[in-house]
Amino acid sequence: MSISVQIKQDFESFNLDVAFEVPAGLTVLFGSSGSGKTSVINAVAGLSKPKQSRIVVNGEVLGDTTSGVWVPPHKRGLGYVFQEERLFPHLNVRKNLLYGNGLARERREVVSFDQVVDILGIGALLQRRPAELSGGEKQRVAIGRALLARPKLILADEPLAALDEPRKAEILPYFEQLRDEFSLPILYVTHSIAEVARLATTVVAMQGGKIARVGAATEVLSDPSFTPMGVRAVGAVLEATVAQHHDDGLTELSANGVPLMLPQLPHAVGHKVRVRVAAQDVILSTEGPKGLSALNIIEGTVQSVRAGEGPGAIVSVDTKAGRVLARITRRSAAALGLSEGVSCYAVVKSVSVAPQDIGTR
Amino acid sequence: MEWLGPEEWAAVGLSLKVAFWAMIVALLPGVLVAYALARWQFSGKQVVNVLVHLPLVLPPVATGYLLLVTFGTQGPIGGMLQQLGIVIAFRWTGAALAAAVMAFPLLVRSIRLSIEAIDPKLEQAAATLGASRVRVFLTVTLPLMLPGILAGMVLAFAKAMGEFGATITFVSNIPGQTRTLPSAIYAFLQVPGGENAAMRLVVVSIVVAAGALILSEVIARRIAKRVGQA
Repeated sequence: MSISVQIKQDFESFNLDVAFEVPAGLTVLFGSSGSGKTSVINAVAGLSKPKQSRIVVNGEVLGDTTSGVWVPPHKRGLGYVFQEERLFPHLNVRKNLLYGNGLARERREVVSFDQVVDILGIGALLQRRPAELSGGEKQRVAIGRALLARPKLILADEPLAALDEPRKAEILPYFEQLRDEFSLPILYVTHSIAEVARLATTVVAMQGGKIARVGAATEVLSDPSFTPMGVRAVGAVLEATVAQHHDDGLTELSANGVPLMLPQLPHAVGHKVRVRVAAQDVILSTEGPKGLSALNIIEGTVQSVRAGEGPGAIVSVDTKAGRVLARITRRSAAALGLSEGVSCYAVVKSVSVAPQDIGTR
Repeated sequence: MEWLGPEEWAAVGLSLKVAFWAMIVALLPGVLVAYALARWQFSGKQVVNVLVHLPLVLPPVATGYLLLVTFGTQGPIGGMLQQLGIVIAFRWTGAALAAAVMAFPLLVRSIRLSIEAIDPKLEQAAATLGASRVRVFLTVTLPLMLPGILAGMVLAFAKAMGEFGATITFVSNIPGQTRTLPSAIYAFLQVPGGENAAMRLVVVSIVVAAGALILSEVIARRIAKRVGQA
């Protein structure tokens, strides 16, 4: 299973020139607006036809401009979740959900209608019309509709962008579930680092119509030289397992044996999670700090120090828990003598890790 | 009802028949032309647009005369039809044709507006879910066009009921054959003592027109609710 995409097209504002091949799982097309993400996903969907392109999903050629193959969108076997939910206003929720279900009888059903209704918790909404639903409810129905179209590939174009924070937190877990339980390949467009950190198996980072990075989420996000959304958005992802829930409301994780204390997580002991630690929430210390309120003190070795143009620097620290990025001032880096090979401690406040930065894996 | 004479009844009945058929005949071409104008890019689109709207701005008498020249027994199309045994000039069918032509721009405008109000993104969504273009049209576009189609049909019916200039030029004013409601009112006003009959027919016109408007309002509201735009 893989998705292979090559597209070349000149637009008025930018030139799109991308080529990537990614494995199964959830692939995030990541970049700021205008980087060409949506052009790529629409070409995969067949909604637009670039001048030069070759799109292969699972070995099936969906489009190849050299050989003149162009499968129309309705024959591509997709489930597309749009930014605006695009539910049919004249159909009730049940009919919206089942719209694509009967049109692809030759394909295997991914989930049954009852399962979808159950998982997404939309049983009470079936007779309602889209106009009577809240934003989060609409997006859940849109996800269900895409799933019930018996897709071979799920496409999602910034599906959370139109929602407020609580609704985002409500919808995100469904995509984790799609990735983990249905083993459906997913191509997911976003400009949110938090979503990349939580969801991505593979990241395809785009900048100005070109590909900036391709790789596993942990790799790409732990690369201190990669700051597409500015230094404030930098943060490495640690993979961990839930070890214990404490009585005082904290959850203890184990990241490769290193304990991490975080505010209580809903996941059971043994559950695998990924935690994004924002670089600006990390304090570095060359000596084992004492008398400090922060609960997480991780020992490691400086791998690199990258000074930015301003007063800041990003220090990447290799620890047993994984790579941690810290954004500190250049002055501090000099005062502490931080350079490659120096041992230090990375200090992370438990409460600085927000719930939306913790996902399953 | 005693207060309408047989001649007046004939005019009312004929007008209803003419308006109904004008509306029906114009419907399918109206939907097609409206869809093409709203959604397709083709050369000569402006020409089509102008042609469609011409009856709205041309003097109706001019339209009627053009119809007579084209569809009269001496005209190119009328001549061909005559060989097939079909004559429409000076018949009620001709009145229906004239009314259809005059009502056509109103029908197209109304339907076109309703198509332009449909977000093409909904149709894209339907396509990604596996619907072919025909299915997308039948299951998404058409249902969402319904309010516009209905409003257009009522407008077309009302316009056809009231059409006078093109009708009288094309098919004249033959009692029982082409004397529609407006033609009858005109005829009654030409003879001494016809004012009362004319006024009765004016009342009938008002009742029919108001009834059509109320009916369209009720149905439009029901459909709007059904397509979730209420």
